[in-house]
Amino acid sequence: MSHRFGHMLGIEPLTAEEIVFLLDQSKPFQEIQRHPLKKLATLRGKTVALAFFEPSTRTRISFATAASRLGADQMNLQAESSSLKKGESLLDTVRTLDAMKPDCIVIRHSSSGAPDFVARHLPLPVINAGDGTHEHPTQALLDALTIRDRRGTLEGLNVTILGDILHSRVARSNIHLLAKFGCRFTLCGPAMWLPRELECLGPPGTSIRRVTRIAEALEGADVILTLRVQQERLHEPALPLDEYILQYQLTPERLRLARPDALVLHPGPMVRGLEIDPAVADGPQSCVLEQVTNGLAVRMALLFLMTGSGADTPPEKDSSHAAD
Amino acid sequence: MHIVEKSQLMTATEIDRTVQRLAHEIVEKSGGTANLALIGVRRRGVPLANRIALAMRGIDGVDVPVGTLDITLYRDDLSKVAAQPILQSSEIPFPVDDKDLVLVDDVLYTGRTIRAAMNGLFDLGRPKRVRLCVLIDRGHRELPVEATFIGRSVQTSDAEIIEVRLNEIDREERVVLVERVS
Repeated sequence: MSHRFGHMLGIEPLTAEEIVFLLDQSKPFQEIQRHPLKKLATLRGKTVALAFFEPSTRTRISFATAASRLGADQMNLQAESSSLKKGESLLDTVRTLDAMKPDCIVIRHSSSGAPDFVARHLPLPVINAGDGTHEHPTQALLDALTIRDRRGTLEGLNVTILGDILHSRVARSNIHLLAKFGCRFTLCGPAMWLPRELECLGPPGTSIRRVTRIAEALEGADVILTLRVQQERLHEPALPLDEYILQYQLTPERLRLARPDALVLHPGPMVRGLEIDPAVADGPQSCVLEQVTNGLAVRMALLFLMTGSGADTPPEKDSSHAAD
Repeated sequence: MHIVEKSQLMTATEIDRTVQRLAHEIVEKSGGTANLALIGVRRRGVPLANRIALAMRGIDGVDVPVGTLDITLYRDDLSKVAAQPILQSSEIPFPVDDKDLVLVDDVLYTGRTIRAAMNGLFDLGRPKRVRLCVLIDRGHRELPVEATFIGRSVQTSDAEIIEVRLNEIDREERVVLVERVS
């Protein structure tokens, strides 16, 4: 069955069935990454506005490449060069973009809820590309696609998340997503990044435990999600970098505590020698580069689903072809 | 608006005989099955391609590779369709470069599906030759596309629809002519 996605603001409101649909619809786009000729004309004539109010390289390039491979044009707004610096409000900026008639807008913003706010004020589909500490839905979808490809299922996995979970929208979106499939979570990091409130994420009954010892956190893990350590946050309540590395770096010795086939994911940018040992980052359990490729597939699927068909136009009199 | 069945064009036996003949024709006109591959266009071209391949094994004793192609991403009317079409995988587990390909579909009508299928194929490589095999040719072309191998040609009006129903998908086996009535 088909689903309509008016906006993609977060994983939390989606059903497990809708998530499975999105992952299934990403499969044909995974194949396209393997074609000698990767450019489609499916969204020719459509325009995707990329409004990145917070600096981003990977996610922006991924969305831009996804749009290009579907044949869509792009409008680019980047924080560094934007008129925000001159005092324009968020709403005025996006209304200006909207006046140039894009077919959808992709927003990254440092304030949680900014994409929801824009979605309430603009008449076009909004995709959240990361907002504050709230959600990063396309990251969670590409992680889920990667896990499902390697493990064959998302059901009932033991998921360990390492690092600054407090400030991580990636962790939140991943918990929202995987909890819908009955996964159990172990959150691990310095106590200052593990507030009790994190246990309330996910639907009621979700198993979430917080531990500060990495050995305990890795035992029995099927999936290990390593987060980037934002160094600027490390000296907040005085945790020296060396101390973090000593206690929490994912090393080959520690990885052996997890299940032998445990997957290692990292949303990037990855700092080798800080949160992850290079031997783990390049090891057979690492999915880091698959995640990047799958990111393209998931974003192509979303752009296709949200702008691909003329939602408001009646069907053509008799489009006999592809009647299915 | 509803749909009325006007007549039955083919029975299960007739479909089977036609598939056997098409397989013979393809083998004959290709001088054997070397370098040959079939590409079924989703959805009903897929079971037809598989059946033709099976029939070819009976003729030549060789397994002809079969791929499947989903043309949704290559359609030219996506911005006009109301319902979001569901994508399916294309599975072409062999290189198409220099292959002698036969596209297989159930009904040839406007020719637009085949235009889309050829776009999809050429994103995968450069086949040596592409020919088209259809169970039914119902006319009304909007593009310069013709089939090399045709099961049956049928005169139709614009209001009529040809429905090929195959066991693998529809749990029944026949071809019917239906009409939309307002």
